[in-house]
Amino acid sequence: MIQRFLPLIVTMMVLVVGFLLCAAQFPNFASWRVVGNLLTDNAFVGIAAAGMTFVILSGGIDLSVGAVIGFTTVLLAVLIEQVGLHPAVAFAVALAVGTGFGAAMGAVIHWFQMPPFIVTLAGMFIARGVSFVLTTDSIPINHPLYSDLNDVAWRFAAGGRLSLPAMLMLGVFALSMLLAHWTRFGANIYALGGNRHSAELMGVPVARTTVAVYALSGLLAGLAGIVFSLYTGAGYSLAATGVELDTITAVVIGGTQLTGGYGLVLGTFGGVLIQGLIQTYITFDGTMSSWWTKIAIGVLLFVFILLQKGLLAVWSDRGGEPAEA
Amino acid sequence: MTNPHAPPLLAIRGLSKAFLGVQALDGVDFTLRHGEIHALLGENGAGKSTLIKTLTGVYQRDGGTIALNGAEIAPRSVEDAQRLNIGTVYQEVNLLPNLSVAENLFLGRQPMRFGLVDRAAMRRRARAILDGYGLSIDVAAPLQRFSVATQQIVAIARAVDMSAKVLILDEPTASLDAQEVAVLFDVMRGLKARGIGIVFVTHFLDQVYAVCDRITVLRNGRLVGERRTAELPRLDLVAMMLGRELEAAAHRLAQPTQFDDSAPPLLRFQGVGKARSVAPFDLDIRPGEVVGLAGLLGSGRTETARLAFGVDRADSGTITVDGAPVALRGPREAIRLGFGYCPEDRKKEGIVGELSVRENIILALQARQGWLNPIPRRRQEEIADRFIRLLDIRTPDAERPIQLLSGGNQQKALLARWLATEPRFLILDEPTRGIDVGAHAEIIRLIERLCADGMALLVVSSELEEIVAYSRRVVVLRDRHHVAALSGEDVCVERIVAAIASESSPPVAEARP
Repeated sequence: MIQRFLPLIVTMMVLVVGFLLCAAQFPNFASWRVVGNLLTDNAFVGIAAAGMTFVILSGGIDLSVGAVIGFTTVLLAVLIEQVGLHPAVAFAVALAVGTGFGAAMGAVIHWFQMPPFIVTLAGMFIARGVSFVLTTDSIPINHPLYSDLNDVAWRFAAGGRLSLPAMLMLGVFALSMLLAHWTRFGANIYALGGNRHSAELMGVPVARTTVAVYALSGLLAGLAGIVFSLYTGAGYSLAATGVELDTITAVVIGGTQLTGGYGLVLGTFGGVLIQGLIQTYITFDGTMSSWWTKIAIGVLLFVFILLQKGLLAVWSDRGGEPAEA
Repeated sequence: MTNPHAPPLLAIRGLSKAFLGVQALDGVDFTLRHGEIHALLGENGAGKSTLIKTLTGVYQRDGGTIALNGAEIAPRSVEDAQRLNIGTVYQEVNLLPNLSVAENLFLGRQPMRFGLVDRAAMRRRARAILDGYGLSIDVAAPLQRFSVATQQIVAIARAVDMSAKVLILDEPTASLDAQEVAVLFDVMRGLKARGIGIVFVTHFLDQVYAVCDRITVLRNGRLVGERRTAELPRLDLVAMMLGRELEAAAHRLAQPTQFDDSAPPLLRFQGVGKARSVAPFDLDIRPGEVVGLAGLLGSGRTETARLAFGVDRADSGTITVDGAPVALRGPREAIRLGFGYCPEDRKKEGIVGELSVRENIILALQARQGWLNPIPRRRQEEIADRFIRLLDIRTPDAERPIQLLSGGNQQKALLARWLATEPRFLILDEPTRGIDVGAHAEIIRLIERLCADGMALLVVSSELEEIVAYSRRVVVLRDRHHVAALSGEDVCVERIVAAIASESSPPVAEARP
């Protein structure tokens, strides 16, 4: 049992030790305000990363999430400011478009037997391209609901606040864990990532599961787009460039294997927070170039992949042991 | 079961299936009764796997009927067959190594509570099911932690628990050791007592006689016959499988020329073996000698060849070349020692399809020289042209990609690859498989010429007449043991068949000189 949770334990230890190191260096670090901001600032990446976790667990990849987030912010800005729709309606449209876009990519991947890398790469260009067609400018969103929503927060007694985006992210992770470990759909995703052919022979609805996984990733990318638009109060076609790579990084640092079949949703949550922590540290330091974030994350990613390789080697050695029968 | 007039569990009548004009199954009958273990036997291309795939809905039949308990069925997919209570367990376990044992047992039919999977109930029920098979393992652990034997039993448990009445076991014992096989047989007998009909496909005759009630033999897509195991002597069974009327069997075609038996062996294997592959064996091979390896499919012929070339590493015994012990760590080492190996599956293990005939021919020679020391282009062309002429490889020129050549010519190019290295010891695995009659005769002539030149040869072949024709000695394998070594007058088809069919006994090691 410990084997399954070992990558998660390592991720969480890195998070806790990292936080303690930061707190040791900066006295103000260990505060609810910092924790609240950490959750808020990384909410959109976290929501998209939850969707990416399912895609990677199923043995796929979704390179379109960053572009879908950017597209969603532009779509919302256009619908609210230019078309005049109420934000609630615009949100519903954005979620539907994101889900439909993901489902379409999943359908192409399954029925045309195309590699997910290529299909979602094409999806990335299409989503990014369409947002440029809609507008090349950054459109501010001035609807009163936006400022109302940004005021929604649960305030900690000791200062700091849990904003709506942060709450949304925590909710998404809670539901994702339920979906992954306590539903047949979740088991089917792990089955698909383990061995597609065997899963098919065991009666897993491969087509339905594949489409649903990419639809779910599209839905969550749409939700991340809504959160991003709340966070920035604007729609911009260059928004969230490269976020797909941040989400993949979070998934891998969280202990999920890129080949699919192994990993836990909670690990991704840890992966998102570790990335956020490094960013926050550099902000606190004030003198370091923000590119150090990338270097630190790169090193961390490398270490985690090596760790996974090591664990996998240990596990496969056990495979040869005689039965305990 | 009790009523003799009740329809059999499964009745297949006149089943036919063709692929691209090749008749894989031709009017085959097969009957499985309740509570019976029924062996389905046959050599390569007999139609066993086509029959099973038709039964499990992978293929659609062209003609004939399949009746389950008297009602006609037509499974259109694997799930369809599962719904009809036909479960299949394959040699390579088709379960999910990354999921837990319990999840593997219940995937797609997990117990639910309040709309969510009830994981505690799933584990509880998984433990209860596996207890029934005498397996007490941690059902929450990932399946990959367990041995293949345990995985097989989990696969069987899943199939049976999904209310299988017909259980097809397709070579389930191929990668198990003796103790694991015994456990599996206990499970099979337990299921038989519950009235489940089991179709058992295997290459091991001892296992057939150990657990099976009846035997159906197929050959070349046709039914040879169905017999009760107790009433079928082994010799008759082997004759049924190989399709030879023993009295009419061919004798040796050509007697090899005088041979010096006192010559020191070029190669000496002593107690060489590998667990789960082939039991330890002794074998001496002298220069100029052709040793044939005979046996049924899966008897350990190819495994022996792979050990001799270092493709697989032996885990016991010593190998001596020219009186000096060697550690055969891999094919590179073998090539350095002057060995050559033409594998059975030339598409997968031999030719490099996109490379030209010339590049394929010089591959082994270049590998021996090391890639830092390239063979000059002109020298390459000389070598390629010489072998194309010598072996009569039909190709417009040496630069043609080898995949465009016919099977026989590919085989000859592969042979040329090893001949170019001027080996002292050459291993040929099924050198005449899948090639036309003309090329067949040429390759046999070539084998005779090679050993006349003092090269030692180890040849694996399913064609007994062919082995008899060129071998000075024949080693017979059965169930991964070297069971007999025939030489002189004993090298004939009857003796080989008799050795294959012989009762299980402690493996007979080759008499040491």
